[in-house]
This record gives sequence, C-alpha cells and structure tokens, in this order.
Amino acid sequence: MSNDTVLKASDLNKSFSGIIAAKDINVSINQGEIVGIIGANGAGKTVFVNMITGYLKPTSGKIEFLGEDITGIEPRNATHIGLCRSFQISQVFMTMSVKQNLMIAMSLSKKNGKALLDPIADDEISKECDKILELYKILDQSNNIVSTLSQGIRKLLDIAMAVVGNPKVILLDEPTSGVSVEEKFGIMDIVIAALKQTETSVLFVEHDMEIVERYVDRVIAFYQGEIICDAPPKEALSDKKVIEYVLGH
Amino acid sequence: MFTGIFKDTSVRILITFMIVLCVLSSLVLPDWMQNNFMYGLSRGLAILGLMLLWRTNLVSFGHALYYGFGAYAVALCQKYFGITDILLRFAIAVIAAGILGFCLGFILRKYREIFFAMLSLAFSMVLYGLLAKAEFLGSTDGMSISPSTLLGMELTRQYLFYLITFFVICAAISIQAYLRSTLGHLTTAIQDNEIRVEYLGYSVQKAIHIKYVMSACLAGGAGGLMAASLGQVDPDSMVNWNVSGELVFITIMSGWGNILAPFIGAIIFEFIRTYAFEWAPQAWAAIVGGTLLAIIFFFPGGIWSVIEKVFNYGKKKNVK
Repeated sequence: MSNDTVLKASDLNKSFSGIIAAKDINVSINQGEIVGIIGANGAGKTVFVNMITGYLKPTSGKIEFLGEDITGIEPRNATHIGLCRSFQISQVFMTMSVKQNLMIAMSLSKKNGKALLDPIADDEISKECDKILELYKILDQSNNIVSTLSQGIRKLLDIAMAVVGNPKVILLDEPTSGVSVEEKFGIMDIVIAALKQTETSVLFVEHDMEIVERYVDRVIAFYQGEIICDAPPKEALSDKKVIEYVLGH
Repeated sequence: MFTGIFKDTSVRILITFMIVLCVLSSLVLPDWMQNNFMYGLSRGLAILGLMLLWRTNLVSFGHALYYGFGAYAVALCQKYFGITDILLRFAIAVIAAGILGFCLGFILRKYREIFFAMLSLAFSMVLYGLLAKAEFLGSTDGMSISPSTLLGMELTRQYLFYLITFFVICAAISIQAYLRSTLGHLTTAIQDNEIRVEYLGYSVQKAIHIKYVMSACLAGGAGGLMAASLGQVDPDSMVNWNVSGELVFITIMSGWGNILAPFIGAIIFEFIRTYAFEWAPQAWAAIVGGTLLAIIFFFPGGIWSVIEKVFNYGKKKNVK
C-alpha cells in the first residue's frame, strides 16, 4: 500500500446463494482521487460500494483503509473512521427541515457520550451547518421540509450529510439518478467543487457517461462482478470491452 | 442537558397547567375530581413513555408489564422492607422497571412494527401469568398498599396529589430536555430513516434501547404512583392485556405533539370513564370506544392537535 493509498480492496469476492456478485476485485484509491465506477445494471457496482461501506460482508478478500483491515466493518464504524457514503435514493429525514437534517448529522459527527444529551440547537453547530449549506448551495432551503423539495436538493443534502465529518473517502451511489437533465451538471459542479476543497477521495457509481467523462480522474468498469477496465476516462471509454459490455454500442 | 430548559415554551405551559390544576383541585373542585387528576397524572407518565416510543414508530402493546412491575415493586418493598416513603416508592418503581426494560430491551430493540408490539404483549402476559399464580404475591387478589409517608410523616391525599404533580413535572421536563437533544432528535430521525442514522455513525438499536428503557422507567414510575394512590395492586388492574390496551388507547387519544398531551389525555380519559360508568354502566366501554373512533376519524393528531388549532400554538412549538 503506497503512502498515497487511502483505500485498497484485495481479492474481494461476494456471492449470494451461489450467484457471484463480485469476483476477485482489486482496487486502490489514492488521496484526493476522483474515481468513476461504471457498468450495466447488475454488474456489481453497488455490491462493491456496499462491501466497502460495511452494508455487505464480503465472502472473501480484504479491505484496507489507511493501512488498517476494515473487512466486514459495521456501517456506523465505517463512518467513524472517515469512510462515508451517499445513496442512489437519497436517505434523508423527510419530515424534518434541511437544517435539522444537517444539524443531526453534524451533532453526531462532533459529539459523543453525554454531549449527545446537550440541546441540538447549538450556535457553533448551527453556524457550521450554514457554511456547509452555503457550500452546497442549499442555504436558502434550510427551513424547508425535505419532503417538499426536489430530488436535486435532496441529493445535495444527502451528500452534505455524508461529508459533515470531513471523511477521507466518500462513495456516491449514482449522485445524479432521479435528477433532471438540466440539474445534473449543476449538482455535480457543486459537489465536486465542495469535495475538492477537502482533498476527499471520491468514488462514484454513475450510468451517465457525460458525467463520468467530465468529472473523474479514473474509471473502473464492472461486468458480471469483475473489473474489466481500470484506466483514465478517455482510455476507458474507448476500451473495446467497455464499449461492448458497458456502453452497449 | 437542562441548559435553558425553563425558557422552553412547552415546559412553561406544562408548569402553568400543573399549578392551575393544583390550585383548582385544592380550592374549587370536589375531592373525587382530585382523585381523577391524581390517577390521570400517574397514568400520564406511562403515556409519556409510550409517546416516546411512538415517535420512533414503535407501539408497545405490553407496557402494562412495566406499569405492573413498578406497582408490584412498591408492594413488595412495603411487604418485605416496610418501605412506605413516597420518594423511595417512586424511585424503587422507576429503577425496578428500568432494570427490567434494560434486560428485555436487548431482545425488543431488534424488532419493529407488529412484531415489536406483539412481543411486548407476550412479555406482559408472562408476568400476568406469574402474578396470577403466585400466592405469595396475593395471586389474583393482589396486595394492599398502606398509605404513603414522606420523611416519616403520613401523607394526606392532598399532599400525595401535590407530590405526584411534582414527580410528573420533573419527569416531563427531563423528557423535554431529552427531546431537544441530539439523541432526542433521533426519535423522529429513526422513524424517518434508520439506514441514514446508521450511516451517520449511531447505532439505531442502541438509540431504540435507550428510548425503551426510558419508556419502561416512566411506565414503572406511573405504576408505582398509581399503586400508592389506589392502595391496592392486583394483576387484572395492573398487568393484564386490557391495561396495555388502555395505555395505547390514551396515547392515540392524546397525540404526540407535546409533553403535556399525555397528561391532558389521561385526565380526560379518567373523566370519560367516570361519567360513562355513572350514566351508562352497561355501555361505558362502548362510549369509551366510540370516543376513540371519533378522535381517529376527526382528530387523527389526537387531543393535542385540537388544542394546537384552538390556541394556534403550532407556530411556537419547539418539541419537534
């Protein structure tokens, strides 16, 4: 594991009742790197993300984070060590306001033990939340109830909630799914600009090749649970296997 | 945890309501009404506990387990240790129920929806079975409780009522302090999205366990105070399934919008039952049931939602 490597998956396998969902996956992610994960439906992208963040336990193989073995870690412990994620369908608290959502996330990342019994309405936390909302361009929505907002804003909030603890790595599962064509570049511009400020490594699963081409440093392509290509975007998107199995041309 | 708690609107309203209740019942209202207030406030503590669980989308059909356990803890401590002090009685009821809730919480925290509801009912029926068969606990006749004392002096009904009001205020303020904390906000957060709570780094099961123990403590305290005010504990009126049903009934009737709601709901329930029993002794259960139906159809947010509308209190509420 080189000094720059923050996340490393070695010989990762996952099967469900004999059906192979991930096979011999070997990936290294460097600090500050933005990596796009592509593949057709059922190719194993989300299984890979779920294994990394502890939602699924690999059948075999090893996951290292900053040199430590974290294979099979609980999701909440993954968050504690700085490995966070957002979701394909935004996982936010729908009946609360945008600010309340973020304040809960911020409080949980900053406080522990008895401090969790202190009032959540803390000036310092409130100011920090406003800064993040500003960074993600949703400050004007802070008092609105989430269920009344568009998918785009929910996506931004979902990602903002994942990054409040300044993670080393963030995994974004289809950050533009369910978002209108007009909104998608705007959202990605905001997210990538915000994440670049913190040197966070980003892994994102994406179906939209325009997004992949525009934002990532490296592309990992999956097919039937295996990695078929790991290269810079131009090279990857012109790879024969990627064209045949992922892009479907 | 309690920083600035007395600036909280809900706490101010709660304290004002309790003071008005004390003044009215001691100066104006007849004695039997004071009894209804006392039973309502005691039972209201258990409803407050259920409200806490309800906010997390968990409905317990077996909270009479803790209600009865607290009551029997008071009876047993009197029988074997001669404890009659109301402060000790309340503390013993709360702690006993809390310990039981802590132990059972390890099992119940894994379940949701109907499984949580029925499992909690099953546990309460196990206790009911044990109490009904155990002769040293008075079997189905139960046990009598002698009048409470305070620091060696016998308490009159009037002072017992004041003390119960004091316990209720302390418990409700503690719950309000909890609800406005980070952990308290997780009550609604878990109801909304358990996955997100886990990925924010907090164990959902742990959060539910904490709420469950708090809820058990409140129900135990309610049972202890009820035992002290009724002077009698028995399985049928403390632990049976219909007692759990009654607690859920009052919770739905009260609504969950404010810490005061459970106490108002419980007091109203006492009065509905008293008058229904007096005016229509053969059909009082139908009147009580009809009231719940009317509330579900016309005021699904419970009595508190009506109060909110009347006073337009909604704009100022800060419980949520």
